[in-house]
Amino acid sequence: MMSKSLNFGSRLQRREALEGYLWISPWLIGFLVFSLGPIIASFYLSLTKYKIGGTPQWLGLENYETAFSNDPLFWPSIGRTFYFAIASVVLGVVFSLLAAMLLNQNIKGKTIFRALYYLPSLTPVVALTILWQWLLSPQQGLVNYLLGMAGIPGPGWLTDRSWAIPSIILITLWSTVGGGRMIIFLAGLQGVPKELQEAAEMDGANGWQRFWNVTIPLISPVILFNLILGVIGAFSTFSVAYLATSPPGGPSYATWFYMLHLYANAFNFFQMGYASALAWIFFIFIFILSYLQIKLSDRWVYYEFS
Amino acid sequence: MATTQPSVRPVAAAKSTAPAKAGSQRTNRLWQQIALYTFAILTALAFSLPFFWTVSSSLKTAAEIRQIPPTFWPHEYRWANYPDVFRLAPFALFIWNTVIITALAMIGQIISAAAVAFGFTRFRFPGREMLFFLVLSTMMLPWQVTIVPQFLLFRYLNWLNTFMPLIVPSFFGGGAFFIFLLRQFFMTIPRDLDEAAKLDGASSVRIFWSIILPLSGPAIATVAIFSFLQHWNEFIGPLIFLNTEDKYTLSIGLRYFLSNPFESDEPREAILMAASLIVAAPSLILFFVAQKYFVRGIVTTGLKG
Repeated sequence: MMSKSLNFGSRLQRREALEGYLWISPWLIGFLVFSLGPIIASFYLSLTKYKIGGTPQWLGLENYETAFSNDPLFWPSIGRTFYFAIASVVLGVVFSLLAAMLLNQNIKGKTIFRALYYLPSLTPVVALTILWQWLLSPQQGLVNYLLGMAGIPGPGWLTDRSWAIPSIILITLWSTVGGGRMIIFLAGLQGVPKELQEAAEMDGANGWQRFWNVTIPLISPVILFNLILGVIGAFSTFSVAYLATSPPGGPSYATWFYMLHLYANAFNFFQMGYASALAWIFFIFIFILSYLQIKLSDRWVYYEFS
Repeated sequence: MATTQPSVRPVAAAKSTAPAKAGSQRTNRLWQQIALYTFAILTALAFSLPFFWTVSSSLKTAAEIRQIPPTFWPHEYRWANYPDVFRLAPFALFIWNTVIITALAMIGQIISAAAVAFGFTRFRFPGREMLFFLVLSTMMLPWQVTIVPQFLLFRYLNWLNTFMPLIVPSFFGGGAFFIFLLRQFFMTIPRDLDEAAKLDGASSVRIFWSIILPLSGPAIATVAIFSFLQHWNEFIGPLIFLNTEDKYTLSIGLRYFLSNPFESDEPREAILMAASLIVAAPSLILFFVAQKYFVRGIVTTGLKG
């Protein structure tokens, strides 16, 4: 490289760069057409009134004003989404980590346990919700039958206003706790050097101290990864609530999450302008939330440089 | 336990000097093991009992499925529930539609993700790091943000109620997850191999096709598996883009049963369970056949990300 003349080198480099761009061009085009373009387009649409088939009428910020102060379903849907997101992320991350720690112990039949934990996450969401509707059926469901055997009167689950969101959380946890998140935690735990654990034990650290001061810092990057993707996933929850409740989002709007609100405005009422405003509010929210998580992670995530 | 004598190394001391202590430690260990297994088995039951219930319910008769208390395993099998799935809905057509979409989308995803990953690993060009960062950041972009303009775009192209919106985007990069996974793998393939081929006058297409791809079997298999799961189970795309029955995929078709009228001798829930099992079966079988690829795929993206 160094012996070649500058001109020849740069021509070669130009050629290499050109070829590189050509190879990544499918992604570049896809990014422009299916991601960046739509993000920009939806910002424009969010400033208009646009019913499908018509022409967009300029509204300025009116859609945003409507959302914040004139849409009776907007704030309640945000409240419900927060309730769901906080509960499902906290419980989901804790249970996944517990399951991973269990599998990281020296137990026989580890691969069988791992497979059994993982299976629910493979089930298609429609099949999953049909199954759980049946399991949680107030009169004929298995869950209430088992509760009844233990002498506990089961609630109406998905048909009860105050139990509907806990039911959605339950279904979500069942189908995600043993999934990819657990496998990632498990791999992270397996990466914790045994010598460090033993050294801490020699220094008299008990199980809890070893967990808190050795294991957690060492797997903190993995926790951050799972947390960020988990938070985004939880705030954009849609399918389980849409499928498991009838009418979708019911009973009487009890599970009307933000994404159901967006979906209904776009594809039931065809208010594409307003739906775009909802999408942009969400986009900014997720952006800020992820940024904060990464910023705050400086304080607790430990990166090992080797 | 260790707090009473903080200055000595308690573990080593206990093991060698105090046999009584060692004994109690052994029973402690035993209890720990019992607790561990009990917990593991209970968790496994919680995760797998619903599956068992699906299988058992799918074989019940109309009388038995509504019986209280429920039977854990059917006394009388109604095998007809499975043929009924196909009789009561155009389920074979739903399967066919899903197979077509899944197969084409998989091809697009594998080829284009591999090409893009090849571009990112084997060429130097201005802005490469920034562009790759952009690839990764699209992983955090929720579909809801782009869905409205995408819908309008597909409408403009007259693609609504066709398979195109579910297939064509796969040919454009195949998604950040797969690009990342393949890039990580390609980086482990020694560059000497392509340098040698380059000296022999091989073009980059040739290097990609006859060196990189043949050496990437396991990574491609991992991508293929996750790509299959993604398209086979996809719900939101078909929900938004398909609206007539003849175009339905399995996940949308399953909902068809929910609104379908049933005769009194047809066990509604049992047939629903049978249909759900048919939809879930390919993914479950795939998992049992190719478990190691699952773990590898998830771990690569989770740990090196």
